Amino acid sequence: MKVAILVFPGSNCDHDSYKVIEGMKNTKPEFVWHRENDLSKYDLIIVPGGFSYGDYLRAGAIAKFSPIMEAVISESKKGKKIIGICNGFQILIESDLLPGALINNNGVKFKSKVISLSTKNYNTAFTNKIPKDKEIFMPIAHRQGNYTASDNLIKELQDNEQIAFTYSKSGGGNPNGSCLNIAGIFNKQKNILGMMPHPERASDSILGSDDGLLIFKSIVEGIA
Amino acid sequence: MKAKIYISYKEGILDPQGKTVGSALDSMGIDGIKDLRIGKYIEISFGDISREQAEVVTDESCRKLLANPNTETYHFKLEE
Repeated sequence: MKVAILVFPGSNCDHDSYKVIEGMKNTKPEFVWHRENDLSKYDLIIVPGGFSYGDYLRAGAIAKFSPIMEAVISESKKGKKIIGICNGFQILIESDLLPGALINNNGVKFKSKVISLSTKNYNTAFTNKIPKDKEIFMPIAHRQGNYTASDNLIKELQDNEQIAFTYSKSGGGNPNGSCLNIAGIFNKQKNILGMMPHPERASDSILGSDDGLLIFKSIVEGIA
Repeated sequence: MKAKIYISYKEGILDPQGKTVGSALDSMGIDGIKDLRIGKYIEISFGDISREQAEVVTDESCRKLLANPNTETYHFKLEE
């Protein structure tokens, strides 16, 4: 399967994502520059972390207008799998591919640490390889990861089982003040996942955790 | 012609930065402050266009990029 890893000016987790995909069976990762406008030949699209456009104005706000995002939107409508990690999640939210907003962390500080996650919906293309009730550990590194949504939207997310991950106690609990401890959400159709924690930085035991690999395995083995 | 744009968090949206700065003022002994919110101020300068056009352009810029409709509100003033 072919995997597109989008590269914006300021992306910095693109190589980590490439490395993870490269190490998996039957996968071919390719970097795709944000000026490109066609993603039809890829089976999976990764919007990696970083500081696209320096996080100017709001994180992800300017990347939304890169030509590649029109391709992401049109592929998303075909049901293609898309995962946005950290700044990638912020970009997907600014592009209205995922609902809600990500605002400054409640302590204002940039947070960089390992956290733990509970999986809230195992029944998706992104989570089906995660063993039930297993807490997964991986790092976060963000300043605007405080997920915020109106009461109506929160209810909708709960009713449609769109909450993917919540921060759990073992890793220190909620690091940023997000609503309901939310760390990641799906779109309604469950072909898009956005998450603040970095599974690509926890995909080899030498990194301290390879729990992130469970997410990539779920996606890749599901498509292959 | 210039547009002076003010963007602020909607009521009910937590403003951690404002909260921190507010408590800093409080700890400095400056009394009487109930709440402090931090927003953004943006200026756009126009070439030779009418006031009506400037208003349309400013509003479109705010809607499409400058403010996030989920969390922020905006208002602006046009000045000669």
